[in-house]
Amino acid sequence: MTLYAVQKFLYELNRTRALQTAYEEDRHAVLEPFDLTDEETSALVEPDIGKLFHLGVNGQILMHFAAFHQIEWQDYLQRMRDGIADYGPVREGVYAMTTGLDDVVAPVHQSSEGSAS
Amino acid sequence: MSLVFAGVCSHAPGITGRAHMADPDVRDRFYDAFRQMGDDLRAAKPDAVVIIAAEHFANFFMNNMPSFAIGMADSYEGPIEDPGWLGIERRQVPGNRDISQRFITEVMKGSDIAYAEEWKFDHGIMVPLNFLTPDYDIPVIPVNINCQGPPLAPLERAWAFGESMRQACEAMPERIAIIGTGGISHWPATPDSGKINEEWDLDFMDRWCRNDKAALLDDDAYNDLKVYADAGQGGFEIRTYLTVSAAARGAKGVVHFCEPIPIFAVSCTVATYDLATV
Ligand SMILES: [Fe+2]
Repeated sequence: MTLYAVQKFLYELNRTRALQTAYEEDRHAVLEPFDLTDEETSALVEPDIGKLFHLGVNGQILMHFAAFHQIEWQDYLQRMRDGIADYGPVREGVYAMTTGLDDVVAPVHQSSEGSAS
Repeated sequence: MSLVFAGVCSHAPGITGRAHMADPDVRDRFYDAFRQMGDDLRAAKPDAVVIIAAEHFANFFMNNMPSFAIGMADSYEGPIEDPGWLGIERRQVPGNRDISQRFITEVMKGSDIAYAEEWKFDHGIMVPLNFLTPDYDIPVIPVNINCQGPPLAPLERAWAFGESMRQACEAMPERIAIIGTGGISHWPATPDSGKINEEWDLDFMDRWCRNDKAALLDDDAYNDLKVYADAGQGGFEIRTYLTVSAAARGAKGVVHFCEPIPIFAVSCTVATYDLATV
């Protein structure tokens, strides 16, 4: 129903290993107790990081969720950019995007230490 | 006994988690400064280290959000994040329930706070500990200031909280260290991650070193809307830094390191107060 419910679910998931196991087993079932729209549910099931960012999920919560899904850092940033490109600006909350869609804000250092993955 | 050490440092998760993506030259100079702060901290022989962090929804959520909270347990688990992602192994970190309880009781005489007998550490505490007490051998008293879910406590209340903590240190027989972590300007965990307002950071740290209360609480510069515009949502974490200023009670500070490392998302910062200057 609200951004609050989406974030509440992610907060619980991020900090509760039993819930993480349950989420891996049946994503729809663990979302049942939360008052979510179909759009929110599918974004959490897929997961659609770009949609969740667009909906206004706090980056500190979303970042942990992405790490849980083993989404690599640069990929995480790109998925949020894609979300803005596909769905439009962040709807609410304090974690809006202020840079341009194609800006390279934090380049990865290309070193002899190996590939940055 | 009293406050025996006071300082601030960055806590961004990229510092450990994305180490391999940074320019090794600047990264290693930063790490050296961070570890030196740890050496200096341990040389002060604290019985407990108070770590004031702005946590990131590891323990507190908008269903029941305290502006100020202090942990009261004999041990804490961290990190809450995926250990591989953060680059820090999950472990138990020692606390000290007895010291915490007496500290909290004293702080309550000056500030209305929440306490918590359960607390999971996130990068806000784990990244600093990784450099400051790598053997995890000094009991930690975790402190949180809500810098994530507005409405946020006014800066004046953060200052008063710092004063209450100083008073608590002086009322206790133990040697206490206080470390503030976070900031300074940053747009973390968004596509803006890596955007840094270096000028703003240096200006803030200048005010911090002078320990100029009026300049640190300057509402024209640091009201929430202005901070959000100039320093991003991560800038709200200046609360942890100026709380340490209040606790240092007029002492002057030294910046040991403050340089932007965009892939770490912040001006990586290490600074301490010289408590002998008061
Ligand atoms: Fe933070």
